[in-house]
Amino acid sequence: MSQPRIDEDEARSLARALVADLPPARTPVRDFLAAQFDRGLAWINHPPGHGGLGADVRLQAAVNHVIKEAGGPDAFEINPIGHGMCAPTLVVWGTEEQKRRHLRPLFTGEEIWCQLFSEPGAGSDVAGLAARARRDGAEWVADGQKVWTTMAHRSSWGLLIARTDPDAVKHQGLTAFLLDMSAPGVEVRPLYQLTGEAEFNEVFLDGVRIPDAARLGRVGDGWKVVLTTLMNERVSIGGVIPPRGSGPIARLVERYRELARTDPATARLHTGAVADLWVRAEVLRLANIRLSQLRTGDTPGPEGSISKIIAADLNKDVYSELVTLMGAEGLLYESYDKVRPVLAMEYSTPQKAFLRSRANSIEGGTSEVMKNVLAERVLGLPGDPRADKDVPWRDIPRS
Amino acid sequence: MSPTVDFTYTDEQLELRGVLRKYLAAHSPESVVRELMDSAGGYDRAQWKDLADQLGLQGLLVPEEYGGLGLGATELGVVMEELGAHLACLPFLSTSVLATTVLLSADGEAAAAWLPGIVAGEVTATVAVTEGRGAWDPAAITTEAVPACGGRYLVTGVKTFVPDGHTADLVLVAARSGGELLLLAVEADTPGLSRHPHSTMDQTRRFATLEFGGAPATPIGGDAAKALDRAHHVALAALSAEQVGGAQRCLDMAVEYAKNRFQFGRPIGSFQAIKHKCADLLILIEAARAASAFALWSADADAEGLPLAAAMAKVTCSEAFFRAAADNIQIHGGIGFTWEHPAHLYFKRAKSSELLWGDPALHRERISRLLELTV
Repeated sequence: MSQPRIDEDEARSLARALVADLPPARTPVRDFLAAQFDRGLAWINHPPGHGGLGADVRLQAAVNHVIKEAGGPDAFEINPIGHGMCAPTLVVWGTEEQKRRHLRPLFTGEEIWCQLFSEPGAGSDVAGLAARARRDGAEWVADGQKVWTTMAHRSSWGLLIARTDPDAVKHQGLTAFLLDMSAPGVEVRPLYQLTGEAEFNEVFLDGVRIPDAARLGRVGDGWKVVLTTLMNERVSIGGVIPPRGSGPIARLVERYRELARTDPATARLHTGAVADLWVRAEVLRLANIRLSQLRTGDTPGPEGSISKIIAADLNKDVYSELVTLMGAEGLLYESYDKVRPVLAMEYSTPQKAFLRSRANSIEGGTSEVMKNVLAERVLGLPGDPRADKDVPWRDIPRS
Repeated sequence: MSPTVDFTYTDEQLELRGVLRKYLAAHSPESVVRELMDSAGGYDRAQWKDLADQLGLQGLLVPEEYGGLGLGATELGVVMEELGAHLACLPFLSTSVLATTVLLSADGEAAAAWLPGIVAGEVTATVAVTEGRGAWDPAAITTEAVPACGGRYLVTGVKTFVPDGHTADLVLVAARSGGELLLLAVEADTPGLSRHPHSTMDQTRRFATLEFGGAPATPIGGDAAKALDRAHHVALAALSAEQVGGAQRCLDMAVEYAKNRFQFGRPIGSFQAIKHKCADLLILIEAARAASAFALWSADADAEGLPLAAAMAKVTCSEAFFRAAADNIQIHGGIGFTWEHPAHLYFKRAKSSELLWGDPALHRERISRLLELTV
């Protein structure tokens, strides 16, 4: 259990000391992040020695703010999956040895991480996944295919969930592993999406040997590990709090103002739509602040899904309106040359952002499944009748 | 840079919510609401007095020097949310929000004359601003105040959609004297004031047309334009909290019903068509809570940002409450369309609140102006 041992002022002064001792402008990024980790300012809620001070998770925002103001690096941007999802999972489920081995290089960006959950046959129903891991002495042998793997082509490590017991019901037959992405039998291929870019990968596992020491949590606890990761994913996708009027809505307003100068008659037709989107963006921002202020524990609850659902719809609507404001120019597209972006979800053109935004309500949990979660876990509505309940995984019908 | 918004509640604020919730459960159950809906006045004077004696809520915004509680807009939000959840038939929005806010901007004499009576639950009050179709637009006021003897005025004109205008003991009327906008106190039994209650779609919230035919009035001092502006925005923020309270109650009713109503051998809440409707409402209400709390916080901490925050709250909370009230009827099916079921009471309140002091389209237009998006 983390106890609030320090307060916000102390957290801020520790961060100030960090940027004073290692001025970001003159310090290599990795050295800065290593020091940030060693001083417990990486994930302030983590235990001492694992990048934290055992403090209240909300103090991290104050620390990040000081570092950002001072021009310091952003560990999340460098290693988004590792920082936002794998680390919070490791700190909950890892052995002391695993935490000591992995958290520091993950935070400094020396070792990039990816998560290997989704499969072609297991999208919304991740717990139905089919990649197998069979025990072989002190090792496991993994076979199968993963998909939609962000950063896999640059990753040193992957958080893998595999089926270790096909005779158990689906949620109970899973186990988590820390997969060395350079191990023989791991093949990473780009997955081109409808924007023409390959932000994601397919990962093929063919007889990959994993030492039992790289198992995360107990055999059969894989689904619990997944839940820890996914709850953090929802926060890292839906819960970022930008300043008022920034981000996609700023692009929309800027384009609108340009149109108002060049073609006021057309702009006038869109004033209401732009104002409406601005209000939705601002209210989401306020709702995120509110949820973060009211949040108590370290692990976000299902309420995190609320922000994610709102953000997905808003982002789709903002970019759709942005391309609409472009008029005929919106018919054009820069290039469909197959490329790999350096940073995931980086903004380049309105048209690309518009196309990319379609995934917002699919990735990290479809809005439909999230509504089920909200209805069942927050509102307490009864679950759907399920065809896979109490059935051994191997007997569940699948496509 | 504006100060940082704070959405957390203190223990005292949570306690206030608990106490009021208990009070309203006992004193404003659905049976009482239905009784008062059918009454001429629309509220029970004895209950209003009892609320003042027990909880002193009428003086929530009133400083202690006038006998009030001296609390802020966050507490106001807590109270409005509970009143909205219970559809409490009380002249709170008119007396303790609108009129009180106006009196707090007036000169000390007027405040000292009226606030103690309001705090004690002995005087109800309202503000008569709107004319014609009911838009809150001080610039368009045509009601005239003509100077008479002893610093008093005679007021002539017609005010429409005055909240609780038929029962208020004190009417604070906005009128023009030459080019100047004034706020004047008119006592209800003054000759020259005739009051015509409307038959309202939402029977739990009453409005009246007030005809002033040379009614004697005392100016309350202060800057009337500023006072009205503030009262408008504080009232919108308060209304938004009431809308949140109503919306949440609708969702609670819908969820409860969806869990217990069986069709096709299953609770209807296990169908995604119903489940997703409920989840959508949860999402809308969560956004509405943030918008409302921000407007309330702005009322205390960021006067400059208040007009935008209040308009955003009006837009967001109106849409959330209307949708919650409408979907609550839909989820209930046939029973939700009956007179005996309370769903229609919330639906009518939702539409009435949506239209009061400007619909979402009008407030979006105001937002466009404030953001300088208007071409």
